[in-house]
Amino acid sequence: MEIRVEKIRKEFDLYPALHDVSLKIESGELIALLGPSGSGKTTLLRLIAGLEQPTQGRIFFGNEDASYRSVQERNVGFVFQHYALFRHMSVLDNVAFGLKVRPKGQRPPKAEIRRRALELLEMVQLNGLEKRFPSQLSGGQRQRVALARAMAIEPKVLLLDEPFGALDAKVRKELRRWLRDFHDRTGHTTVFVTHDQEEALELADRVVVMSQGKIEQVGSSDDVYDRPNSPFVFSFIGESASLPVKVEGGVVHFHGAPTGLTAQRDGEARLFFRPQDVSLIEEGPGMTGPVTSSRRLAGTRIAEIELGSPEKPCHVEVEVPLEASASNGSILSFRPTRWKLFY
Amino acid sequence: MSNERFKNPITESAPVRWALIAAVLAFLALFVLTPLVIVFTEAFSKGWEEYILALQEPDAVKAIRLTLLVAAIAVPANLLFGLAASWAIAKFEFRGKSFLITLIDLPFSVSPVISGLVYVLLFGANSVLGPILKSHGLQIVFAVPGIVLATIFVTFPFVARELIPLMQDQGTGDEEAAISLGANGWQAFWYVTVPNIKWALLYGVLLCNARAMGEFGAVSVVSGHIRGLTNTMPLHVEILYNDYNVVGAFAVASLLALLALLTLVLRTILETRYGSELSAGQKH
Repeated sequence: MEIRVEKIRKEFDLYPALHDVSLKIESGELIALLGPSGSGKTTLLRLIAGLEQPTQGRIFFGNEDASYRSVQERNVGFVFQHYALFRHMSVLDNVAFGLKVRPKGQRPPKAEIRRRALELLEMVQLNGLEKRFPSQLSGGQRQRVALARAMAIEPKVLLLDEPFGALDAKVRKELRRWLRDFHDRTGHTTVFVTHDQEEALELADRVVVMSQGKIEQVGSSDDVYDRPNSPFVFSFIGESASLPVKVEGGVVHFHGAPTGLTAQRDGEARLFFRPQDVSLIEEGPGMTGPVTSSRRLAGTRIAEIELGSPEKPCHVEVEVPLEASASNGSILSFRPTRWKLFY
Repeated sequence: MSNERFKNPITESAPVRWALIAAVLAFLALFVLTPLVIVFTEAFSKGWEEYILALQEPDAVKAIRLTLLVAAIAVPANLLFGLAASWAIAKFEFRGKSFLITLIDLPFSVSPVISGLVYVLLFGANSVLGPILKSHGLQIVFAVPGIVLATIFVTFPFVARELIPLMQDQGTGDEEAAISLGANGWQAFWYVTVPNIKWALLYGVLLCNARAMGEFGAVSVVSGHIRGLTNTMPLHVEILYNDYNVVGAFAVASLLALLALLTLVLRTILETRYGSELSAGQKH
């Protein structure tokens, strides 16, 4: 099921949570909505589910306008951040709930409901736990019960709100791989919300980076990491450093001195680069400053260098080879090898 | 360090502990246990037969019936009111919400006598509404409807106060999950909300019922003390006692005391077994 979000605007008490957001999600795609808290990613997910009504704009499921359809009519599988399992029902009853509440004509017979629920539990690898109650399960198991419960209604779309947020790091990694597998097996169009970029980059076919109620960039992991299209995306995804620079006569100047980098357009700009995309230089134009601190990070060393004037210092982190001398106070010169200017 | 020598920083020394416990027990014995024992000894002071006879006396039977009738109307009414109010407060955002919460607590802070008086001033013969009611042949004050109204007013907060904190704590997540799975509003309420709050609801109903049957002040003002007609059990106890009918007064009082004990036992069972599900509700 393809989903199209067209110029959606959502206001809560006149405070806009989403400004004219448009997005097209392909059928069978696994897509991540990534952003800091308050970026509107959960609001967008809830709008797609029908748990919120848009102030303006429309949502299409395939070719049908679903904007004014109720949650029940949209037939989406929604997995809540804290799972929202029914605590007084057994695991089996939780999974069977969506079938049990169907109107008489569409409700399968009891034995069939039970068979389907057990089948779903097997699919999420929880066979044998059907008699337990949610409080008797681990976080990862609850998560999978929530998924099985959502799948029971044979949804066209699977929506997950921070699916791994409440789990510890190890279980999170396992479930991440498991969800990717699950998606590849079932082929559902899946949208999940996360604030964890590693999760988004590893799991999703495409990542939607959001900030302050707007979509900043939509693209593959490679796109958003290697070709960020805005200062926000550059600084939000991965490590980065940024410096205020001035382009004069096609040469990028920092603090009045040429950096050895060239650009087409003159003017004030911000220079972004990643710590690993620099090379240390012995001579020639570059950026030079004393090391203020350094730390060992696995196979490399990260040095913090103070640039600019002592009154208005800029600190940037760069990766230096282990053998380079980077003790505090030693002077280092470097030049970015991959970088981007935002005017 | 040996365990015996280790002194818990927030535990008092043994003599202090014993002194405090003894003081509390003495206090309870004097003010709670003694009256309870006296109620039963006085009720049985002339033997079983007199006790049974006192309870079979026609006015006493009518008072018991009236009390049961009033409770049978007031408790379900406040069950519905309480459920509706806590649902609205816990699951929706609207203006004037904190005012509504204050309003629900009002009967706790107003003297029951005042609340009874309000009904007399509102519906009595000399009130604005009095002539209109009279022309329609409706008698509210000094009749059963007035007693029911006063009881509903006084017991209004019990169910709502029990449910509001619990339902606020539970939020709307479970209901959202239910409707996302295709349930309609009624199914979500019946299969998800009610099971989540059932013990707190029962607890609230229990307290509400105990108060409805035991209420004296408000009912005393609106009832008019007509024997066999508008006397509830607590009012009947007073009348019998003023008539120097000690056995009769204490026999009826013993029924109220039994109700109190039963409430206490059920309450303790609920609290020990479902304490976590009653959650933040315990504020009385």
